[in-house]
Amino acid sequence: MNPDIAWPRNDYSRVPFWLHHDAAIYELEMERIFRGPAWSYLCLEAEIPNAGDFRTTWVGDTPVIVSRDKDGAIHAFVNRCSHRGAMIVRSLRGNAERLVCLYHRWCYSNSGELTGLPFRKGLKGEGGMPQDFDMHAVSPRKLKLASCHGMLFGTFSDRAEPLEAYLGEFGTGIIKRFLSRPIRILGYSRQRIHGNWKLYAENLRDTYHASLLHEFFVTYGVDRATQKGGVKMDGRHRHNMNHAYASTDTQEDATAAYAGTAARLDRMQLRDKKLLEFKNEFSDGMNLAAPVFFPNALLIQINNSLATRQIRPQGVSAHEVFQTVFGYADDDAAMTRHRLISANLVGPAGLVSMEDGEAIEAVQKATRSTRDGCAVIEMGGRGEVRDLAHRVTETPIRGFWSYWAELMGVEPAGAIR
Amino acid sequence: MALDEDRLEDWVELFDEDCDYRIVTRENVEQGLPNVLMWCDNKNMLRDRVESYRNVNLYNPHYDRHVIGPLRFTGKKDSIFCFEAGYSLFQTSLEGESRLFSVGRYRVEARVEGNLAKLKSVTIIADTGLVPSLLATPI
Repeated sequence: MNPDIAWPRNDYSRVPFWLHHDAAIYELEMERIFRGPAWSYLCLEAEIPNAGDFRTTWVGDTPVIVSRDKDGAIHAFVNRCSHRGAMIVRSLRGNAERLVCLYHRWCYSNSGELTGLPFRKGLKGEGGMPQDFDMHAVSPRKLKLASCHGMLFGTFSDRAEPLEAYLGEFGTGIIKRFLSRPIRILGYSRQRIHGNWKLYAENLRDTYHASLLHEFFVTYGVDRATQKGGVKMDGRHRHNMNHAYASTDTQEDATAAYAGTAARLDRMQLRDKKLLEFKNEFSDGMNLAAPVFFPNALLIQINNSLATRQIRPQGVSAHEVFQTVFGYADDDAAMTRHRLISANLVGPAGLVSMEDGEAIEAVQKATRSTRDGCAVIEMGGRGEVRDLAHRVTETPIRGFWSYWAELMGVEPAGAIR
Repeated sequence: MALDEDRLEDWVELFDEDCDYRIVTRENVEQGLPNVLMWCDNKNMLRDRVESYRNVNLYNPHYDRHVIGPLRFTGKKDSIFCFEAGYSLFQTSLEGESRLFSVGRYRVEARVEGNLAKLKSVTIIADTGLVPSLLATPI
């Protein structure tokens, strides 16, 4: 049954706050989005380079194993023992010929097939499983898996369109930009934000908060709304990218634009400027690119810091942001060091990202008590959702909600898409 | 002490000009991965962080309280003394609600000359890799 959502407008320029607080909505999201026809980001192929390598990850709140078999093929399946439901793999990563549940030692292959269990035939002719017990029939649920330039996505649904169509030219093109060369994993960071996962999804689609909330961006000139840039979306407006080109505004433009805000463009200078040094390594000249893929993924470049982020919903009022930081396999030691220094900008302690956690928690706290309150989403215009060659917009948030409503089966009459 | 009293500028002065301060997580260290949550490889970068906290960044208003375990002497080379110690760091909101924010250990190198000691290197290896909310003020 579909929940009853009284959308005040059909263009999602008003979004009820209660959608961030309702347990039934959360359960339905897990079913219709994360176990539905959306493609969720799992991990990077580079994290499981060898036969037998595996990693654990999450699709919504479902634990998943991604593993490479002896022939090099990659598989993804639910990390839940077919027998009594224990988590099969409890480590973050590893390499094994087979995966064994700790509880009763049921054994699984790297492709997620149940291959054996102790005492199957009983002992001395007594006990054991029924003779017709079918191991294949109870094997863990597999995800359909696809790779886009080494970025692995999975879906539980047979109805999902092919990944390439799902990402669109927009998505496949921008992923190629980031992953065209072999990468090297530099490490991970994690952050638990005490807010609904959709508040993070919105944050990633709201271009104009960046230069206001993250004052560091503006003050030190990393990213200002006065730089050349914009927002791009896929045809269905479910994915988007905020981007900006380095050195395309002047100090005068910026000072005039930010007059009256708290930003202090005139007097702050870094003593050590290497923090903001940008070595242009992409032919397009962008120093900031942040493509977001519905429902749970982000690729992010800020100067020479590169990472993926995965949103892991943890109940209606919390989520983990899991970040995988990478460089390229041919980086020399100096470049790796430069990327790690640049990593000061992003992540849970990032000088240009720490505020997101605080802003999201502030929304979660203040909206719990209102049943009829709505977010006002009009920056950049109402009505049709489309690409823009400027960044004073939060239009992609409306794109997010339109696809969310479609998958949830709760679109208003005459809904825009 | 300086951190618990929000005397960030005084905290910076505990360091040598040529110093290294970084926060890493046990998860990365155990996998041999170099990623950092925070890395200042000289005192000017520490000054920049503190100035940014004071004037630019917005974060959760809170009090810090470090509880540091016994200091263990681990070695000495010339005038550099090496120590390790475990820590717990609690954060308390302005409304008085406390939470455990981070647990881990310090690896410290200090240069001692006469009565003066300056921090050369402080590495925080945080067991708490899942940062609650955000990490602003240093550990």
